[in-house]
This record gives sequence, C-alpha cells and structure tokens, in this order.
Amino acid sequence: MTSVKKTPRSFQEIILRLQAYWAEKGCAVLQPYDMEVGAGTFHPATTLRSLGTAPWAAAYVQPSRRPTDGRYGENPNRLQHYYQYQVLIKPSPPDLQVLYLGSLEAIGVDMDLHDIRFVEDDWESPTLGAWGLGWEVWCDGMEVSQFTYFQQVGGYDCKPVSGELTYGLERLAMYILGVDHVMDMPFNAPDAPIPLTYGDVFRQTEEEYSRFNFDIANTEVLLRQFEEAEAECEAILAATHDDPKTGKRIVMAHPAYDQCIKASHMFNLLDARGVISVTERQAYIGRVRVLAKKCADAFVQTDAGGYTA
Amino acid sequence: MPDLLIELFSEEIPARMQSRASADLKRLVTDGLVDAGLTYASAGAFSTPRRLALSVDGLLAESPTVREERKGPRTDAPEKALEGFLRATGLTKDKLEARDDKKGQVWFAAVEKPGRPAAEIVAEVLETAIRNFPWPKSMRWGSGNLKWVRPLHSILCILSNEAGADVVPLEIDGIKAGDTTEGHRFMGKGRFAVSSFEDYEKKLKAANVILSAEERADHIWAEATNQAFALGLEVVEDSALLAEVAGLVEWPVVLMGEIAEDFLDLPPEVLQTSMREHQKFFSVKDPKSEKIVRFVTVANRETADHGTTILAGNQKVLSARLSDAKFFWENDLRVAKSKAGMATWTDALENVTFHNLLGTQAERIKRIAALAREIAPFVAADPKLAEKAAYVAKADLSSEMVYEFPELQGLMGRYYAAAAGLSEAVANACEAHYSPLGPSDDVPTEPVSVAVALADKLDTLTGFWAIDEKPTGSKDPFALRRAALGVIRLILENNVRLSCDRFFDSQLLRHEIAKDRMNGSKSAVLLNDMLGEIAEHGVFGAAARAVLDKLEGDAPEEVLLMETQLPDRSINLLAFFHDRLKVFLRDKGVRHDVIDACLAMPGNDDLSLLVKRAEALSDFLKTDDGENLLQGFKRANNILSQAEEKDGVEYSYGADAKFAESGEEKALFAALETAEKDIAPAIKAEDFAGAMHVMAALRGPIDAFFEAVQVNAESEIVRRNRLNLLYQIRSICMSVADLTKVEG
Repeated sequence: MTSVKKTPRSFQEIILRLQAYWAEKGCAVLQPYDMEVGAGTFHPATTLRSLGTAPWAAAYVQPSRRPTDGRYGENPNRLQHYYQYQVLIKPSPPDLQVLYLGSLEAIGVDMDLHDIRFVEDDWESPTLGAWGLGWEVWCDGMEVSQFTYFQQVGGYDCKPVSGELTYGLERLAMYILGVDHVMDMPFNAPDAPIPLTYGDVFRQTEEEYSRFNFDIANTEVLLRQFEEAEAECEAILAATHDDPKTGKRIVMAHPAYDQCIKASHMFNLLDARGVISVTERQAYIGRVRVLAKKCADAFVQTDAGGYTA
Repeated sequence: MPDLLIELFSEEIPARMQSRASADLKRLVTDGLVDAGLTYASAGAFSTPRRLALSVDGLLAESPTVREERKGPRTDAPEKALEGFLRATGLTKDKLEARDDKKGQVWFAAVEKPGRPAAEIVAEVLETAIRNFPWPKSMRWGSGNLKWVRPLHSILCILSNEAGADVVPLEIDGIKAGDTTEGHRFMGKGRFAVSSFEDYEKKLKAANVILSAEERADHIWAEATNQAFALGLEVVEDSALLAEVAGLVEWPVVLMGEIAEDFLDLPPEVLQTSMREHQKFFSVKDPKSEKIVRFVTVANRETADHGTTILAGNQKVLSARLSDAKFFWENDLRVAKSKAGMATWTDALENVTFHNLLGTQAERIKRIAALAREIAPFVAADPKLAEKAAYVAKADLSSEMVYEFPELQGLMGRYYAAAAGLSEAVANACEAHYSPLGPSDDVPTEPVSVAVALADKLDTLTGFWAIDEKPTGSKDPFALRRAALGVIRLILENNVRLSCDRFFDSQLLRHEIAKDRMNGSKSAVLLNDMLGEIAEHGVFGAAARAVLDKLEGDAPEEVLLMETQLPDRSINLLAFFHDRLKVFLRDKGVRHDVIDACLAMPGNDDLSLLVKRAEALSDFLKTDDGENLLQGFKRANNILSQAEEKDGVEYSYGADAKFAESGEEKALFAALETAEKDIAPAIKAEDFAGAMHVMAALRGPIDAFFEAVQVNAESEIVRRNRLNLLYQIRSICMSVADLTKVEG
C-alpha cells in the first residue's frame, strides 16, 4: 500500500501517526482528560458519549494509572503510569475492523508479514456498570489492542452501539520498534539533538510513584477522599436542574462524573496499599458503580445525552 | 431436486462457539424445512472463524399440496354459521358436501393447501433461524437491532440445480442475501460468486480458506507431528487445544519454535500451561528426557518470509511470559526453602476470604487439618502426617505461580512441598487432595492423600450445609454434588470403612464454633467440649447430652438451639449423600428399589457397607436363588401383613414349636432354626450373598408349609402361633435388606 511509510523510529512517532490516521478518518482528535484515570475508557468522551443517540467519533491519548502495576521502573513492560490510545465511534461503522487494520499499517505493521488475529475477549467494567463483546487483537501472538462493541454503559443499553478501540501504546510501540525493555525505548527520534528514551522521561517517576503507591500514600486520607468524592458526586446530582442564576436547565453530569472518577482512583490507590480485603473490594466497586450509574442517568438528561424537553 | 447453500459471514466468531453454532444452524434450518413439508436427502454444516455454512442436498423443489377435510355446521344450522364456514374455507356452497354425522347432517369441505416453492420456505426458515439463533452471548452493532455473535456482514443463500443457481430472495435488517462471499481476510482477493456447494468449497480453498474445521485440525496435527518427528520429538496431545486452534484460523500454517535454554528447567506443567493458556501453543517434548523443548504455533497465513517474522514475534512473547513464570518459580522456591517454609503462605491465607459466612482460607485449613487427623486412622494414615499435609495442602494458593496460573494449584504445592523438604506423602497430598474432580478422574490411593481429600470435601459440604447453601435444582454454584461424589468414590474405591455421621457431626460443630467465634460469644468453649465428646461417643446426640448434663440446665440459648439444629443438618446431609449414591449406583446398573431396600438397614452411613450390601442384593436377585428368596419372603409377608393390619398387632412374640401340627410345619420350624444359626455369622462377616443363599433355601419348607397348612386355623392359639412363625420368616429374610421395598 502507498500509505505505508518507513517503520517509525520512536514512541512519539507512533502516537503522531495514530493521531494523523484517525484524524484523516474523521475522528475529532481530543486531548487527554485532565484527571487520574485507570484506563482510556474513563474519559467522559468514551463513558458518557457512548450513551444516548447522538453520533460521535473521537480519538485521543489517555495517560492511565494502575497503582498495583508499579514495579519501580524495573519490569520490562509493567508500569503504574502508561498510555492508552483510544478511539470511540458511534454508531460503530460497518468497516471498523478494516479501519483498525489500516491504523496498524499506518504505524508500520506490514500486513504481508505479520499474523493478525481477532481472539474472543469480552469486556466488562464492574466499576462503570458496562460491558461489551469483542476481541483482543493479536499480532504474532502478542495482544496489541482491545476491540469492543459496547452493549451497556452505566446500566443503559447502548443504542446505537459504539465501537471502541484501545491500544496499549507502550507494548505496541515496543513491538514495532523491537525494544525489549520499555525504559530503553526511544521516546523521540534517536538522532534528535537531545535523544530521550522512555526511561529518561519516566524511570524516576515510576520509582517515586511505586514507593508512594505501595508504602506512603496515607490510607486514612485516601479513605476520606473516597468518601468526600462520593458525597460530592451525590450532592452535585441532587442539585435542581433549573439554574436560578441563568434561568437555564443545566444538568451537571460532567462535574458529578469527575467525582466518580476521583472515587475510582482513590479506590485503586487503597487497593495498591493492600488495605482492602476481598469482601470489601466488592463493596467499594459497588459504590463506584452506583456513582457511575447515577452519572449516566444524569447524562441522558442533557442535550449531548439526547434529552429533548 | 435443488440443493441449498447457506453461508452467514460475520466478524470473528469465538472459537469455542463455532462447532455448536454450525450444528445449531443445521438443526434450525433442516427442522424448519421439514416442518414446512420440504424433505431433503442429506445436510452438512461447517464453520470457520468468519462463517457458518450449511449445505442441504436433494431438497424438494416445492412443498407437496396438502388436502384436508374440514367439518362445518349442520345443514339445518342458521345461515350465519354456514357463511362463516364458507369464508374460513374460501369455498362456495356448491363445493360442500352434506354427509350424515352422529348428530345429523353436516357440511364437509375438502380444503386444498397448495404447495409452496422452496425459495419462499427457505427464506422464511432462514430468517427465523437467524433471528432466534441460540448464541451463548450475542450483540447488537451500529444502529441496528439485529443480534448476532459479532456483526453479521453478508448472507449467501442459493438454490441450485443442473440449470444453474438462484439467489433466495431474503433481506434481514438491511442485509440482502446474494450469491457472493469472500475468502481469507489477508490472503483472499475480494468477493466472488458461487453456484453450488462444490463450487463454494473449491473457490474458498483457492481464496485460502479451508471450510471444514475437521480438515483444518487434521492438517494442523499432521503437520505438527511431522515437523516434530523430523527432529525426533513428540507433540503433546491436546485435543481441546487442537479444536480451539482450528477455530482461530482459516488457513493454518504450522510453525515450530524453540524455547530458550533458560526456561527448560521450569516444571513441564508450567511450560505447558503458560504456552497453552496464553499463547495457544502446543508443547513439543523430547521423548527421551520427557522435557518440553519446543513449541508449535499455528499462524493464519503464509508469508513471503515463510513465517520467520511471525515465529520471531511469537518467540519473543513466549520469552516474556516465561520470564514471568521463571521469576515466580524462583521466588516461590525461595519461600518454600526458607526457614518458615510453606507456613509463610498458610499464614498469608489469613487475609484471604474463602466465603464471607465461612471465614478465611486459613480458618478453613485449620478445620480440614483437624478433620484429616480424625479420619486418618480409618484410612490407615498416620494422623500427625495427615494433619501436617492438610496444613500445607492449600499453601500454594498464596504462591506467585498459582496467583498467575490458578489451574496449577495443587501441582505447584507438590513441587514446593518437596522443595521444602516435606515427606513424599505430604507433597503428594498437596496435589492429590483435590481429586477426584470429575467422574472419570483417578481417585487418590495414598493414605495421607485420601485422608486430606476426604477432610477437604467434607469440610466444604458441611460448611455449606451449616450456612444453608445447599444445591437446588440445576443450581450448584459451589459444586457440592461433585464434592459428594468425590467423597463417595474416595470411600468406595479405597474400601474405606467409616461411619459418616460422626464426621458430619464434628465438622458441622466446627463450623458452628467458627461462626460463634466470629460473633464473639462465649459458647465456643462449650461447643469445643462437645467436639471432645463426639470423639469419645462417636455421635453428636450423646456428646451434646454429656456436655449439657455437666451444665445442669444452665446452657446458653445458642447451644440449646444447636442441639436441635445440628442433627437435622447432619441427617439432611446424609440424605444428600444417599441421593448422590443412588445416581452413582444406578449408572453401575443397581436398581433404585434395591438401593432403597439397603438404605433401610442400620449402618447406612457406612457407605462401603451400604454398597457392599446393595451390590450383593442386586447380584443375588438376578439368580434363581434370588427369585426363591423373594417369592418365599413375599408369600409369608403378604399373609402376615394382612393379618397384622386386620388384628392391629405385630406378631413378634415368637412362635413355639410345640403348637406345630403337621410335619411340614415342624420342618419349617427346624429349617428356620438352622437358618438363623447360619445367617447370623454370615451377616457378621458381611457375607451377604452367603446369608441370602441360606434364606433362599427356606423357600422349599415355606412352600411345603403353605401347601399343607392353613394359617388361619380355627384354633386362635394355632393361628397366632403360625403368624408368629411367619414373623420369624420375615425377620430372617429382612436381615440383609428390607425386601418389602424390592419390586417384582
């Protein structure tokens, strides 16, 4: 194919190519959400926008945090902070698989040499009350993406259905660039005046956050913040829809959802600190799910969520 | 006669659902066709990752015309009734025939349902099949409402004969049936039209798709074994994996790769599990060393570099996986060999909940260890060793390897226990105590393993009984039926002799103590006393009384409550075992009435004894002697039962030979006396066949007695004596089993 350029040489080049590809395919290229999240799915551009009937097409990089995966920067591919590339298109186009394969070509995967497979993997997010059917995509036996048709989010049936693509950027890039340890991966061009590796950018933060997540984060504070976020979320949603100041109907789904994200992250930190027992775990997940559902309820009461007076 | 070809082309269908789905398609379509009157000669169903296909040969071109006669109103009925009948049948009055019926003259109509062309029927049947397809999980996509396992892209549906092929007109949610399909996702070259099944299969192959899953599996296996053979190696058989892999590819290309030297010292099971679960690789072993030295992966395409890139990628992924496994293995070995050893892991299980009403895994292990110690003497195991084994048997649940690969639980325990320097019996118990899992699994035979396996399963069963979580109907989330069958097989196949009751009692009590402690009450001390008493008295009732007597009526309420609840649970659990045992024996050809007859005997909580009895009775009933026993018994018992019912008494006073009148009667007395003398020792020796043989010999004297003697004699004394004599027959004949429950 003519669109196949040379193999990319850096982590950022792969990201830039994905941005260009999906922009060309008509997606709004958004920026990362400015809050700590566990995965790109938590971005309101996915969670909330997959609800309601309004068409939507967005692509973005989302820094994601999984405190329990911290390995002090030593593990070749485990990180507590990493990047996901996320695409959400509603309704899912009939050629989404073809579009996806095109994106792999765009980042330098030669379709004539590799073995690409769609292997059953159903997706479920207990914290978001969401599930979908799809695959993990394998390239020569390695999982490079998650491909999901959303069926339910926040307890709502997705109508129309959104197609979601999630690329684990570090792992995918390591494969394409032929790097064995994430910290050795070139972040910018290796022949740049100041070449930087992934390790130059992130080794120290991985170390700092690993220590913080596992041993230092104040669990009492985290617990309090969890409860505060929970209470704030409920309070925001309890406010009347009629804004007395502007006289408009303003449902505050997004501010409430921010608090839901915050609670979810606090839970992840508590989990990493090892202070949540198996039985309590379920209870915490259930509490976040309740918030997510209420936010979904609120979103479908907004214009973007398809509300009509 | 036309042939029908259907292909439903979609995005990738999960491998595990494909073969079932192709069978369902065949069933739904052919059933629908036949119901509509379209018979056919033969049908075949196929599946690949992206398609379900069905070929039906020798279909009728149209359904046959059906004539049926319909009965209408009487000829003298009001005009309105006749009008209605004419409307319903679409006929005019001159087409009706008046005939005599039971109630007078009635109108009859001959209605003709004309046949319909095959295409019309196929379209209807296929649409119904697609809309009601029994996928385990299905989904919607885009803006549509149709549900399929993954987005459905095209429908191929043609009827073909010598003259050519016609597309069956059909449209489902915007998908219009046609005569085209496409081949391999990467190797195929666009859509193409097909005119028959043969054409379809041939063109698919040209487009790099092997339609038959079986052919793909055969190809994979032949190619893999060939490549291994060339190197003097063997592919480890794995039919489930083979079926799965055949469902992941349309054009299988087998590639063999090497496992880096670093990983060859990992336990073979770890290599195999890691490769199979994560990568869908086959293991290749060296038959001399039994070590796994290579892997086979199956790609879905050919490449210009003959798979070099693909293999290199797979090898790299495997190395990353195995680096993890090796890291876990080495960390785990360090723990196992440390001073604290496996206790480190057992302690860690204090933080792991087994079930929120049944406490932590650590608490569970303590209960199992206590029970294993009690059971040990009954299975010829050293109690201390059994207790020790139970303590470490689940330790590996805390190990890193089992956290990563839960399916290696037990097996890793065995490796780690050996590394920790524990005895072989203990190490083996770590793995064997989970067995048997399925009905065809091997049952452990080593005494220590048997003790721990029994204790583990009994603890689970009594635990869920204690919190009232018994299986109901098809619901058995904790696999309790399987656990009970496991206990049954462990006992029978090792010929273990023990009374289940007392172990049910003591373990139920341990669960109560655990619950009690969790609630923070002080009754635990009392309950612990009872546990000691059970060990002494054998059963709960006596133990409870002994403890309560000491309290002189000052027992806490919950202890009193227990005294009433616990025996009920224990009895209920035994009944559950008896139900499972019935199913188990029925599969072995023992009739349910035979089992019921044996269940009615004392000692029915000793399952080995129970089965010995049932098998003896079952075998005996198949012989002539069995018939003799049954007939002799029934004859005596029928007369006796009638008399007892009429008189309202039980004739159990004992008969006196001095009232015997005839020779036959005296002979029966003598025969019974001899029989009793022979039967008692036989029963004691559990020689049930021997005992029944003696009983069967009574038929002669019994028959002779009935020939010669009238039981209902005029003399009330003689009558009663004879009934008492019959009672003696009954009790002798019932000393092996309750024959009143035997049918026939």
